[in-house]
Amino acid sequence: MRKKRRPKLAVWKFSSCDGCQLSLLDCEDELLTLAGEIEIANFPEASRAVVRGPYDLSLVEGSITTEHDAARIREVRRLSKRLVTIGACATTGGIQALRNFGDVRQLIPLVYARPEYIRTLDRSTPIADHVTVDFELQGCPIDKRQLLEVITAFLHGRKPRISAASVCIECKRRGNVCVTVAHGTPCLGPLVHAGCGAICPSYNRGCYGCFGPMESPNPSSLSDHWLREGMNPDEVTRAFRGFTANAEPFRRESERHERKE
Amino acid sequence: MGSKQLERSDLGALFRELAAEGRTIVGPTVRDGAIVYDEIATDNDLPIGWIDEQSAGSYRLVRSGRDGCFDFVVGPHSWKRFLHPPQVRLWSARREGQRLAIEEAGHESPRYAFIGVRGCELEAIARQDRIFLEGEYVDATYRGNRQDSFLVAVNCGRAGGSCFCVSMGTGPRAGAGYDLALTEVIDEQRHYFLIEAGSESGRALIDRLPVREAGAVELAAASARIEATEASMGRSMETDGLRELLQARATSAQWDEIAKRCLTCANCTMVCPTCFCTTVEDVTDLTGDHAERWRSWDSCFTMDFSWIHGGSVRPSASARYRHWMTHKLSSWIDQFGTSGCVGCGRCITWCPVGIDITEEVRIMREAADREHAAEEGVQ
Repeated sequence: MRKKRRPKLAVWKFSSCDGCQLSLLDCEDELLTLAGEIEIANFPEASRAVVRGPYDLSLVEGSITTEHDAARIREVRRLSKRLVTIGACATTGGIQALRNFGDVRQLIPLVYARPEYIRTLDRSTPIADHVTVDFELQGCPIDKRQLLEVITAFLHGRKPRISAASVCIECKRRGNVCVTVAHGTPCLGPLVHAGCGAICPSYNRGCYGCFGPMESPNPSSLSDHWLREGMNPDEVTRAFRGFTANAEPFRRESERHERKE
Repeated sequence: MGSKQLERSDLGALFRELAAEGRTIVGPTVRDGAIVYDEIATDNDLPIGWIDEQSAGSYRLVRSGRDGCFDFVVGPHSWKRFLHPPQVRLWSARREGQRLAIEEAGHESPRYAFIGVRGCELEAIARQDRIFLEGEYVDATYRGNRQDSFLVAVNCGRAGGSCFCVSMGTGPRAGAGYDLALTEVIDEQRHYFLIEAGSESGRALIDRLPVREAGAVELAAASARIEATEASMGRSMETDGLRELLQARATSAQWDEIAKRCLTCANCTMVCPTCFCTTVEDVTDLTGDHAERWRSWDSCFTMDFSWIHGGSVRPSASARYRHWMTHKLSSWIDQFGTSGCVGCGRCITWCPVGIDITEEVRIMREAADREHAAEEGVQ
């Protein structure tokens, strides 16, 4: 068999909890095979040995929250033939994008003893707001099977098999009873990107929207329905202010119901 | 052979006989606050004493106050889950040197017995039979699951809030296609089933059950119950000229009105007992030495469904809803000779925002009538 050069993989972290890049280490059964197919060249969570770029594939976790981040992502882009963002932070701005709805200068003293040490941007933004992104893998955290699918698709030069339709399709394929219709539990599933396998509804809980908006979300229809069912506008706002609060359709919807002071 | 009667206390014998035939018995049972279809073992697994209250976007189980076995109507599942499963591996392939070794999936098809198939559902199965078993291409998975299935129908003794089988001519009395049909009767003195055979295997099974001839009293009681159901449908749909009505209203503003509410979440198509669309996808492992082809339930409400080079043919919600409803109620007739809708009402109940197909038809008709009247007025 011809010996081919293994593509070089780099994993980068911005503002995030590391959960998504750890999904790569969670691929326990496939990890050795993966290491045989791709050279893990830069992955500080796994090894301090760093192979210099350029890299064939960069996985980018986290959002941009500092000026340093904003400069560094441009350098990562320059070093990467393909750049894939992974997770809610990198694709939408993450939970830290809740700052986008307030004044970050008022928040800093609540968290840090020495606020003067903190230099941060007033907004947390997704990677695609700063550089060209080749593919966005949504989720908080991402699903490790989907991560493997994206890497596998990259290795074989094909399109990743990642559906952008609703969580409801996964729920119905599993045979779950709809928690909204049968129990009256508010569930973001009809607005949310598939990929988790409908984990929360499978345990009789509503979807929290970790995977961000699906391909053609209609948030106002669902929240108008919630209001008719007796939810108050504050609750509607909070429902959209989760891990993907800064995703455009969710941001707009939460602002629509936000009480003006 | 005339109709028989089976005491409620002897219903377990039906389960024992079906199990003795080596059948996998699937029927209604309570799970997660709904009546779903799942494998069940005895009559005790039935939703005894439960009914479902249904309306647009809402389903609740409540106690009926009596111990009926089939007082509910249809739930979130349909029999297509078993006949046309949500996910099927079609084949797999291994790389062997310079060639590919293809392995067929080789499905194990259970010998199903379905308990509690309603009139609308028998019709839904007939419509999927037409799609999967007739014509040039026969679907092997469906055929395997369907060919030796045994259908125990139940004539509905109660109409649900979303039911409109009378409009669609599919119920509440089970039509053709069943092996056995039950009508449950509960009065002050007795709890029994009128039992009728619809096939040779149904007749053979009745012979092994502890039944008695049904008399005029039992026949009248059963008929009265079905007639009462017929008279209390939750909804109705005027089907006269519906095919032409929808064809003529492709550019109606009503589609945009629906799109304001439609979530394009695909729930209506997933719960519909006749919707049959699937997507076929190939997966490979990391090495590329092993590949599989999977078929999964898909929906005309996704962008991928109509994705061709350059994009989706139906990017807007109005185009997608129009496609679904027009196919279901209109072009299905051109394609298969019947409506694609059996009036079970699942799409109404299980729509998270309660879009009601019968109401949308009514609004379409009224708009058409208004336009017609205006034209007459001009002339």
